[in-house]
Amino acid sequence: MKTYTADFGVSMYQILAEDGSVRGDLPELSDDKLIEFYKWMLLTRLYDQRAFNLQRQGRIGTYAPFSGQEAAQIGSFAALKNTDWLATSYREMAGLIYHGLPMEHALLYSMGHPDGGKMPTNLNVLPVQIIIAGQVLHAVGAGLASKLRGESNIAVTYYGDGASSQGDVHEAMNFAAVYKAPVIFFCQNNHWAISVPVSKQMATPTIAQKAVAYGMEGIRVDGNDVLAVYSAMKYAADRARSGEGPTLIEAVTYRLGSHTTADDPTRYRNETELKEWQEKRDPLIRFRIFLENKGIWNEQQENEWREEAKQKIDAAVEKAESHPKAEPSSFFDHVYADLTGPLAEQKQDFVQRLNQGEGR
Amino acid sequence: MANMTMIQAIQDAMRVAMEADSRVLVLGEDIGKNGGVFRATEGLMAAFGENRVIDTPLAESGIIGTAVGLALNGMRPIAEIQFLGFIYETMDQVSAQAARMRFRSQGRFSVPMVIRSPFGGGVRTPELHSDSLEALFLHSPGIKVVMPSNPYDAKGLLLAALADDDPVLFLEPMKLYRAFRGEVPEGSYQVPLGKANVVQEGNDVTVIAWGPTVPVALEAAKSVSDQQGVSCEVIDLRTISPIDIDTIVNSVQKTGKAVIVHEAVRAGGVGAEITAQINERAFLSLEAPVARVTGYDTPYPVPTLEDYWLPDAKRTGEAILRTVHF
Ligand SMILES: Cc1ncc(C[n+]2csc(CCOP(=O)(O)OP(=O)(O)O)c2C)c(N)n1
Repeated sequence: MKTYTADFGVSMYQILAEDGSVRGDLPELSDDKLIEFYKWMLLTRLYDQRAFNLQRQGRIGTYAPFSGQEAAQIGSFAALKNTDWLATSYREMAGLIYHGLPMEHALLYSMGHPDGGKMPTNLNVLPVQIIIAGQVLHAVGAGLASKLRGESNIAVTYYGDGASSQGDVHEAMNFAAVYKAPVIFFCQNNHWAISVPVSKQMATPTIAQKAVAYGMEGIRVDGNDVLAVYSAMKYAADRARSGEGPTLIEAVTYRLGSHTTADDPTRYRNETELKEWQEKRDPLIRFRIFLENKGIWNEQQENEWREEAKQKIDAAVEKAESHPKAEPSSFFDHVYADLTGPLAEQKQDFVQRLNQGEGR
Repeated sequence: MANMTMIQAIQDAMRVAMEADSRVLVLGEDIGKNGGVFRATEGLMAAFGENRVIDTPLAESGIIGTAVGLALNGMRPIAEIQFLGFIYETMDQVSAQAARMRFRSQGRFSVPMVIRSPFGGGVRTPELHSDSLEALFLHSPGIKVVMPSNPYDAKGLLLAALADDDPVLFLEPMKLYRAFRGEVPEGSYQVPLGKANVVQEGNDVTVIAWGPTVPVALEAAKSVSDQQGVSCEVIDLRTISPIDIDTIVNSVQKTGKAVIVHEAVRAGGVGAEITAQINERAFLSLEAPVARVTGYDTPYPVPTLEDYWLPDAKRTGEAILRTVHF
């Protein structure tokens, strides 16, 4: 009898070592582009910290911090075109802001404003997904549509290690492989799904190896190495655009903060693990050392950009907070293409009560 | 007797059940080390170990489907769905599998399991966390649906649900988890499933509510009584499936009027079912049309608008007065 078990020994693709030294082939990127990557990583880090504080001040609602995952997000989004289709979860705000989502728009979402869900029309970005893995199948369909329509756009879906356990992800990978859909499955393995570590989420040592079972290519990349992430994503995007089908990328990274502002990670996560990632593997520190060694970044630039970034964030906060409040009756709109009879009646009744000052 | 919040009463019920019966185990996302996002299972893993308090992978259909198998083979699982909006992931396992096993096997197999899930609005949760979806399961023959509104009922109903030989969906109003405390007996006791509670007796109108709208109904009843001396009989349904229609009909025969208050959307809701049953059984006692105060027929709105959407004491009070003065 022949039985099958596989020990794939999947290795992790890396260009920059943790100390910022170069270990692999550098992608062809200009110095300006490299600096741009860093600037975005720093800007979004500061945005994240600010958003966390805004929640604590009661100025925005529940917020899911992404600090620690900037390289995985900026590096991967950098390999995409802004006409590509994106289906993300709630934790990809760094990538989305880099992709062109105005920061004030991201804040509106966190404020619980209905306009937060309405993505700018120049981007093919679906509304942020709350249902874990719900978006993954949409990317397969969107990618397939681009292929059927003869367009060169690809579809990319972002999800977490926890989401990998959902049936939707497995159905999506299978569909994508069968139809050779131009899709990238970008899984940010940040090690925790709220309180559950990857080791309790799945019995496989890597997420990347799951590609094998479905018949697609898989890559495990150091998600805190922005250059490696960029190269991996570029490779997958080129494959998808040239008709070679889907790729699964596992970006190995770490969520430095809490799951959301409603979560207390000290209940389940040990301090040593956090310290290890914080002190040794912070994606910003590693890339900054690389840029400094290359002689294209220094402390003065760092300080200047921090100042500028803070001003950009302040301006976005101000814009978001001065955005007109939602019309209370707006929840009746966009339920259907046209307001249906019974709903129209409910809306009319609601508006009348509101006008009479009866509140609700 | 101890003075407890609803979440403490729920936790206490699980602890009591697990101590008494080694077949009882709990499973779900973040319920172990983290003690559940609302701390409903706090301390249970430390007390009962990882085999009886299982942190599962993030897969709701997997959680419920596995619980069905556990129940079929002699265990008494309590499965947690972290927020009710995520139960859509499990619709097949709940409505087509768990609920129908007894029927499909002509009584050979049963699925004695409890699914616990927080639900309900007014607590500013993100999208899809607050939906009230009880009507979906009223429409699924084979499963019972329980919705407590206070700590005493929560513990007694959960223990009754665990003793029940059918699958039970136990829906916990988030807003009431820590809203107030109540006296809860120590040890084991049961509040029977399928039996409504007449919370307040009255003569002019019957107000029917469950879960998060019970305090809303009581507040409205007080205000119409203060303003116009209207006497409301307030019924806490406690169980949505089966519905205790006798208690409702008896009350409507006395008052001649009924107002139903629920958070779920109006169309095809539990209120529609109750209205139909009142028409069928007590039509000649009715002196006014049965009124419904409900969520609107839209998806649950974003946090900044939810207070406008949710039925409150004001809207309820107006419906009561309209009905009484019909
Ligand atoms: C279907 C569903 N189940 C549960 C949840 C609650 N929940 C929100 S985030 C989360 C953990 C997600 O972990 P992962 O997929 O690793 O992504 P991360 O949050 O770490 O980025 C859980 C359980 C949800 N939003 N949707």
